[in-house]
Amino acid sequence: MIPVKFDYLAPTSVEEALAALGEHGDDAKILAGGQSLLPVLRMRLNAPEVVIDLGGISSLRGIRDDGDAIVIGAMTTHHDVRDDHLVKQHALLLSKAAAEVADSQIRHRGTFGGALAHADPAGDLGAPALALGAQFVVAGPGGTRTVEASDFFVDLFETAIGDDEILTEVRIPKHTGWGAHYEKFVRVAHQWPIVAVAATVRGSIDEARVGLTNMGSTPLRATATEQALAGVSATEDGVREAAQLAADGTHPPSDLNGAADYRQHLARVLTGRAVLRAAGV
Amino acid sequence: MTATQDRPAAEIGKDRRRKEDQRLITGRTRWTDNITLPGMLHLAMVRSPFAHATITSIDVDAAKASPNVVTVLTGKDFGEELGVNINAWPITPDQKAPVHSPMPADRVAFAGEVVAVVVARSAAEARDAAELVDVEYDEQPAVLGIKNALKDEVLAHPDLGTNKSALWIFDSNDAGTGSDVEAAIEEARSNGILIEREYRQQRLIPAFMEPRSVVVDPTGEQLTMWSATQIPHILRFALAATTGVPESKIRVIAPDVGGGFGGKLQTTPEEWIAWAVARRLSKPVKYTETRSESLMSAHHGRDQVQTLTLAADKDGKVTGLKVHLDADMGAYISIVGGGVPVLGAFMFNAIYKFPAYRFECQTVLTNSTWTDAYRGAGRPEATYAIERLMDELAAEVGVDPLEIRERNWITHEEFPFTTVAGLEYDTGNYEAATAKAKESFGYDALRAEQRERRERGDRVQLGIGVSTFTEMCGLAPSRVLGSLDYGAGGWEHASVRMLATGKVEIVTGASAHGQGHETAFSQIVADRLGVPFEDVEVLHGDTQISHKGLDTYGSRSLVVGGEALVKAVDKVVDKARHLAAHLLEANADDLDYSGGRFTVRGTDQGVAIQELATAAFAAHNYPEDMEPSIDAEATYDPVNFNYPHGTHLCAMEVDTETGAVKMRKYTCCDDIGTIINPLIVAGQVHGGLVQGIAQALWEEAVHDESGTLVSGSFVDYLLPTAADTISFDVVHTDDPSVCTTNTLGTKGVGEAGTIASTPAVVNAVVDAVRHLGINDIQMPCTPERVWRAIEGSRAGGATDTPSDAMPHFQEGALNQDSTEGAGQ
Repeated sequence: MIPVKFDYLAPTSVEEALAALGEHGDDAKILAGGQSLLPVLRMRLNAPEVVIDLGGISSLRGIRDDGDAIVIGAMTTHHDVRDDHLVKQHALLLSKAAAEVADSQIRHRGTFGGALAHADPAGDLGAPALALGAQFVVAGPGGTRTVEASDFFVDLFETAIGDDEILTEVRIPKHTGWGAHYEKFVRVAHQWPIVAVAATVRGSIDEARVGLTNMGSTPLRATATEQALAGVSATEDGVREAAQLAADGTHPPSDLNGAADYRQHLARVLTGRAVLRAAGV
Repeated sequence: MTATQDRPAAEIGKDRRRKEDQRLITGRTRWTDNITLPGMLHLAMVRSPFAHATITSIDVDAAKASPNVVTVLTGKDFGEELGVNINAWPITPDQKAPVHSPMPADRVAFAGEVVAVVVARSAAEARDAAELVDVEYDEQPAVLGIKNALKDEVLAHPDLGTNKSALWIFDSNDAGTGSDVEAAIEEARSNGILIEREYRQQRLIPAFMEPRSVVVDPTGEQLTMWSATQIPHILRFALAATTGVPESKIRVIAPDVGGGFGGKLQTTPEEWIAWAVARRLSKPVKYTETRSESLMSAHHGRDQVQTLTLAADKDGKVTGLKVHLDADMGAYISIVGGGVPVLGAFMFNAIYKFPAYRFECQTVLTNSTWTDAYRGAGRPEATYAIERLMDELAAEVGVDPLEIRERNWITHEEFPFTTVAGLEYDTGNYEAATAKAKESFGYDALRAEQRERRERGDRVQLGIGVSTFTEMCGLAPSRVLGSLDYGAGGWEHASVRMLATGKVEIVTGASAHGQGHETAFSQIVADRLGVPFEDVEVLHGDTQISHKGLDTYGSRSLVVGGEALVKAVDKVVDKARHLAAHLLEANADDLDYSGGRFTVRGTDQGVAIQELATAAFAAHNYPEDMEPSIDAEATYDPVNFNYPHGTHLCAMEVDTETGAVKMRKYTCCDDIGTIINPLIVAGQVHGGLVQGIAQALWEEAVHDESGTLVSGSFVDYLLPTAADTISFDVVHTDDPSVCTTNTLGTKGVGEAGTIASTPAVVNAVVDAVRHLGINDIQMPCTPERVWRAIEGSRAGGATDTPSDAMPHFQEGALNQDSTEGAGQ
């Protein structure tokens, strides 16, 4: 279908993009990889008057080492996140999750920051970012600020990014040597996950981080499971027992692919599997 | 030109790559939407968001004032020239069918029905203006779902007084083809086995790759319609019959068409609206639907509730089958309509010798998208029911599912065999197909693994599903269709044009939309006429070139259209023989024809068919008793359907913790008679299998309680891709039972995979968990349904479907009811 007519701006710097955003405000939409925005426009579910394309801002791409963290530019594609050696070394969970995003074509277009800013609770990157304690660097008219992952995801499709702000990069504290697995449950390969679990563990098991995809209006941490896993030996029984707590306090959606109680069941089963795989069992 | 001196290698049976594929795959071809005519205007449809509503008012002023809008028309603006969308198969004389206006002026009966059309100079401007059409509706109670419709409490069309459209009955006792099924049921109840089940054939969406598109050019002496349709000839007839334009003034062209699966076997409101607008404005117009519009308003398929009673003796020998179908027609009776479930009437008895059979089909109207043919059309539904029941019977008797089939099937010595449904199966060999499938599948080893996993209590259980299908295809003997009150015949027409340069054009009334006719038909002609494959051009889909035809559906193109072609080619050879005898100064009886060349027996004298074509063109020297032409045409009406069959075996793994199912192995051994092109057959089988597997596991069109299509995009209507399927093991019997009613011995293959695979998959899923006390899981067998069946919280699997799909995009303000904010 054909979108409603809009003006297209292609700034070449963050400053220029912020200025455009300041000028057009609510009438503008940020275009990153376009894998969610373009379908929305084509289906006429949204009709911004201005689309600001960040694709020409080269400083937003790439991954760098920053001491105790790695920093991923918001416009880095899923494909590049998946294959990057720094990510594999220090945030293996992100590499694993990025490999599971949609299909190859989308992974070459869609961006890490764009997907996180879109904040679809069924998106594959929110749960691992949350589990790894990501810090979101947001640029606005008054400079940049950093938002902790626990504060970033506000609600369905809603983040802490202000209307006049742009997500520029995401800092991922290094989890060097941590095992990781992203367990995604779908009916067909190209589908959004019905439920997915992002797990990363240190040792077997000294410490664990578990994030849940599509188990509520935002990505969630399975904190009760994380606590129960700390110090547990990575055996099938021990892990599965801890995983029984994974769905506690969640309010997952009910839709064509599963009612809420089924999703909670899946979360428990998949958490057990994800943690065991992450621990190399 | 040079004559072909050596006999070319046999084309039939050769793995020819399809000659049409480069242009189809690259898109550098004449898809309807690629056609642009001078001065062409573009249409956008305004559709009802309500399933049932009266139209109170339509304000088109803002839309008309929108940039480059030519006009906006509503149902009230049209008169009789708009015509109606017809039903060509009234299954009973008293069938109730609402009048189907392409654009109703007063009342809409399903969500997606067109209420206004915007005509603009560009497609974008038409779409923008369509958002500005302000329609006031008075929403009426809508009836959705077969069981609700049967209650007749809420009516889809209040004027009809009922939702029940037609009740069609076949009873073997009345027809003289078998005995009384009630007696068999009584006997089984007291002294045998009775299997009683209700199965649901969920609603599916054909989901062809190319959305429907239509271009109408009213300039010139004839009016021309290009349409992405399977049925240009039927479309032309229907336009003439309903819009007052003489058939001789209508040219319909189906250029390259990107798939149909039955979904383009329709005459659509959008075609009729485009036709009326072009005539009114005297300007060419184009309309191409969006994918969302296609999913919502192009006809759906399946959608039946099947109530089944299978009676058998204690050894599992079936004594009777009683079938009651309730079939959802949607809001209108479509072109084939109730004929789709009725086609299944002849297939519930499948490959078996049932002594008694009764079939009833009640069609109902609801306020949902209309339904019609979808790959297999009636036969997949029937095959699913009987093949599921045979597995249930095997479980009841306690024997292997293949054993129970063998106890009931027609043995190969018994052909030709007249079935309890009254059809005469000419050939078949179920034993051979089953033996080969079993071997290739590794049946015994997989059964052993299944036992081992059960004993071990493995988290992943293995199930094996069987489907020994047959089908009636090659629609169809015209007299049979007549006896079923179908509105047309089932013949096909072909002609052969021998060009002066020695090239050959063949014209077929079949209308390919992805099947590979151009390649397969070229192979047939190359062999039969003895000309090079490359020299044969296949023309189709344009009523001015192919003036006679009945188009492509029901696995008929090869078995009916191909046979018409053979007959036309044979006539060419006969004419050419006469000319050759004249030129060679020989007696026609002394001529041999081989490899495209007539030779005088016992001499080295001869003449090639190409030389004869040139001679006929020059016409300098030809017999006085013939016209200077060796062209020929033929119309072929089959005397019977044909009956491909096969044994399909499927192994499924079921994760008993999550309910997830995974295909482990799929083997099919199809007996389809003579194979023209094994590569095309493999493609048909693979694609057919995936579509059937998709019904078993993934696809379902779901409307919510207000009649909105919830599975309205490919986010929620789950089409599988290559990533979701495995490599199938496709084999054929070594000594196929060739069809006896056509020259080539071919049987249809286009629908076979779809018909056979669905029950094989579901049987395998049920088989994997049968030891847990489960004997059914509703389609599609979603992980949740499998899990719930295992949990036992709802025996038979979950039937409730949540009303809303998970949104993945922010809901904006824009739709046709709320015009504020539409980008202006």
